Amino acid sequence: MTDARRPILFTLGVFAVLALLPAVFALTGWTSGMGLATRIVIYAIAVVALDLIIGYGAMVSFGHAMFFGVGGYVVAIVAHHTGLGELPFGGTNAAFIVWPLAILACAALGLVVGWLALKTTGVQFIMITLAFAQMVFFLLISVQVYGGDDGMMIDRRNTLPFVDIGRPLIFYYLCLLLLAVWLGFCRMFVNSRFGLVLQALRQSERRAVNLGIAPLSFRLATFVTSAMGTGLAGVLWANYARFVSPDMAAWTKSGEFMAMVVLGGLGTLTGPIVGAAAFVGLEELLSMWTEHWMIVMGPLLVIVALFRRRGLVGSLLGGDRAH
Amino acid sequence: MRTDPTTGPALEIEHLRKTFGALRATDDVSLTIERGELHAVIGPNGAGKSTLITQICGELRPDSGHIRLDGVDVTRVPAFGRARLGLGRSFQITQLCGDFTVLENVLLSLEAKGGGSFDVFRDPRRNRAHRDVAMHWLDTVGLADFADRQASALSHGERRQLEIAVALARDPRVLLLDEPMAGMGAEESGKLARLLAGLKGRYSILLVEHDMDAVFALADRISVLVYGRVVFTGTAAEVRENPEVKAAYLGDWEC
Ligand SMILES: Nc1ncnc2c1ncn2[C@@H]1O[C@H](COP(=O)(O)OP(=O)(O)OP(=O)(O)O)[C@@H](O)[C@H]1O
Ligand SMILES: [Mg+2]
Repeated sequence: MTDARRPILFTLGVFAVLALLPAVFALTGWTSGMGLATRIVIYAIAVVALDLIIGYGAMVSFGHAMFFGVGGYVVAIVAHHTGLGELPFGGTNAAFIVWPLAILACAALGLVVGWLALKTTGVQFIMITLAFAQMVFFLLISVQVYGGDDGMMIDRRNTLPFVDIGRPLIFYYLCLLLLAVWLGFCRMFVNSRFGLVLQALRQSERRAVNLGIAPLSFRLATFVTSAMGTGLAGVLWANYARFVSPDMAAWTKSGEFMAMVVLGGLGTLTGPIVGAAAFVGLEELLSMWTEHWMIVMGPLLVIVALFRRRGLVGSLLGGDRAH
Repeated sequence: MRTDPTTGPALEIEHLRKTFGALRATDDVSLTIERGELHAVIGPNGAGKSTLITQICGELRPDSGHIRLDGVDVTRVPAFGRARLGLGRSFQITQLCGDFTVLENVLLSLEAKGGGSFDVFRDPRRNRAHRDVAMHWLDTVGLADFADRQASALSHGERRQLEIAVALARDPRVLLLDEPMAGMGAEESGKLARLLAGLKGRYSILLVEHDMDAVFALADRISVLVYGRVVFTGTAAEVRENPEVKAAYLGDWEC
């Protein structure tokens, strides 16, 4: 048996580092560091959500960027119409209204996509999620009102009472707080009564069914939960960049998410956070050197996949549980 | 264990048929398991014993015929529904959750009995009542010391014991056991035979088993399945003496 506290300590360590990053940037005077850290934390929310369905539910979604995109676009679209004064009651810029709306839109989309995709398994499941993501992608490209190919600018971030998330530091800590809450929720989710059934379905569907489990409802509920988490990341991204574009929903983005999950450690929840940091950090580093950064990143991913099958930190986190 | 007021057989199978192409895997099989009876099904490899069990538990739909559980026709009820109605089973090839601990496997059985919960807040490992039941059955099958071990780390025989604990923990109305002793050593299968003997009378059990000593010692009745057909049903003594059975099946055993 491994020490059960090790994953908790490791997770606390990860958050301690993330919390201290702004201080490090302030001391070293590295101005673009805040943006980098914010991107890492936002992606981390998305990939923890993805790990929930891949690592714990064995549902390999290759279209999760669609929820990232939709979450972001709802923010941009509401801002767009509010700006034009076209919405009833003058529209709104309040995060408390816009963000839940965006997340609900992702839940609805997740419900439809999940329900259809879960009629299949394995490669077909991957294909259906990919197909839906492509549909969303081309829809976003073709709707000229919302910028089409070029995407949409957002004039200013949504507003929260008491805090000004227009300030980079406050926005960063808000993202970090949301990541912590989301991770805590997911951890509770997988260890719950619901999670026990979900994980049983991953290991032996036959066993679970013969014990009385109807698989669809458990998988679908998890898929929708994951879609909502990824939608939240999209919402934060739109607020961070004050810009959305169809690329947010592109299949390459889905691939990046998946790479981050595998890089960090599938089925560990905390691992993908490290994966996101490693991926985004490396991308930043390598793209200073060449725009073809994927030429280096690709082989690196291959090496990790081959020689650290549980990801960079998976063996630290998962105890002796094999995936 | 069951104090069920209903009378009549626990499980009735009527004129069940299933073909795979030209192969009659189940050919007009009728049999009953009385309440508290241990009914063994024996037959050579490929006779259709496992196929019969998959139809009873609902994984495979028969071409025709009926299956009644406690008098209720469940022929059209899906597998998960039958499990909720009280059908428990073990698999010929063990089906366990390898990443779970031994205890978690049994807790899953208890959670799943009602169809599983959408409760995402509570940890099932902290459910005292379930833990007690689970530990009781792990103790009964001799796995209490391994409760916190990962299931995939168990030996073959221990996995079979865990299958039994998983099936029993939910107090099934009818228990289907598909070759629970296959691949076990003499000592382990002796232990399991004693366990089954202890369950006799309290549970209604359909036992598929190749270990003839165990079958003859345990079974109230035995049905002999050959090429998908039940060629004979009777007590151990009757089966031993039946010339037809001897010719069709028991020839290679010196009984
Ligand atoms: N899904 C299937 N499709 C086609 N044929 C099948 C299928 N399942 C079983 N069979 C065939 O049906 C016959 C009965 O198989 P079954 O597994 O029920 O036998 P069994 O009595 O359990 O044998 P054993 O003692 O080896 O476990 C075999 O000839 C088998 O090949
Ligand atoms: Mg068999």
